[in-house]
Amino acid sequence: MIAEWLILVFLGIGIVFNTLGVIGLHRFPDVYTRMHAATKATTFGSVFTSFAVIAYAGATYLHTTDSQFITLGLHTVVAVLALALTNAVSSHALARAAHRSGIMPAPSVVDRLKEAGR
Amino acid sequence: MIPFILTFLFSLFIYLVLTAGSGDVGLWSVSELIAGVALSLLTAAIARKFLCRGENYRMANPVRLILIPVYIIGPFFLEVIRANLDVAYRVITGRIRPGIIRVSSGLQTDLGIFMLANSITLTPGTITVDIDESTQDLFIHNINIHPGDEGKQVIPARDLFAFSDLATWIRRIAE
Amino acid sequence: MIDLFSPAVLILVVLIGLCMVRLFLGPTPADRAVSLDTINTLTVAALIILGVIFRQIIFIDVAIVYALLSFVSTLYIAKYLGGEL
Repeated sequence: MIAEWLILVFLGIGIVFNTLGVIGLHRFPDVYTRMHAATKATTFGSVFTSFAVIAYAGATYLHTTDSQFITLGLHTVVAVLALALTNAVSSHALARAAHRSGIMPAPSVVDRLKEAGR
Repeated sequence: MIPFILTFLFSLFIYLVLTAGSGDVGLWSVSELIAGVALSLLTAAIARKFLCRGENYRMANPVRLILIPVYIIGPFFLEVIRANLDVAYRVITGRIRPGIIRVSSGLQTDLGIFMLANSITLTPGTITVDIDESTQDLFIHNINIHPGDEGKQVIPARDLFAFSDLATWIRRIAE
Repeated sequence: MIDLFSPAVLILVVLIGLCMVRLFLGPTPADRAVSLDTINTLTVAALIILGVIFRQIIFIDVAIVYALLSFVSTLYIAKYLGGEL
């Protein structure tokens, strides 16, 4: 019973943040601000939908003691770690590439990187 | 020899996590254990120079390895949750003051800078764009610069976070 | 318990469709790369949930490999955009 509420809450948080990330992808004015909404908020949302799967696996294992569900939970943990680590590096690479290819932040109050001449 | 053993243990750990629940010796079957040891020996022989490139084995200290999950679950996760709510607010209302600022952290080692840059990038609202390799300063795109901060040349790293100073935690772990 | 997961996958697929609008519209190549990265993240989340719905653990292994391969492809797109390739 508690597990069902936990799964519902985790799935709800995940879906809400994924939706907000995709709305921000359409709403924000330039590529850097879109990156804030799109890549970070969807990483957070996807981590929470995966937490729902981990909670489901744990609750079902306690209910049935079938070792298949331990496998499910551990593999999901590995997938979450891979997702979080790789998303940080790839969004940094995209931001750096965008700045190098000459796309400047369109509404911006200050740009120290351009002033540093790189 | 030490890089070989460390790479062997690391790849054996990943193999055991991915094959847990396959049999009845603990959680694993005998054939999976034999295959895991053989494959980890092969991986360690090929890849030992990639995991341990320096001559410095500071990170093999178990206390530092235990501090990493504590750091991720504790202060870092709180910071990510607060920043996500902040970005959600900005998506709905559209009030942004974006810009690229220069942040000085005081960390010196490559691993420390790597961990700080990754923590900053995973926190919504801040992206590490580039690094000045002579002074180890980070260039960070911030979605909402505080009024008054755009005049300062260099901003200390603790001003980026609301609850705890993540740079101090990383210095404790990696330096 | 399992019937909670199906509507979540449906919403995720709708969100992937919305990202494809930005992939089509995006004024600069960097916008397209960002929306492609978002599509990859959402696909991994949808694959993990589908693994529970169909009771196939292989789906989660596929999700791990998909996350790592999409990381490599995003890095190469970024290198190409930055003029380093």
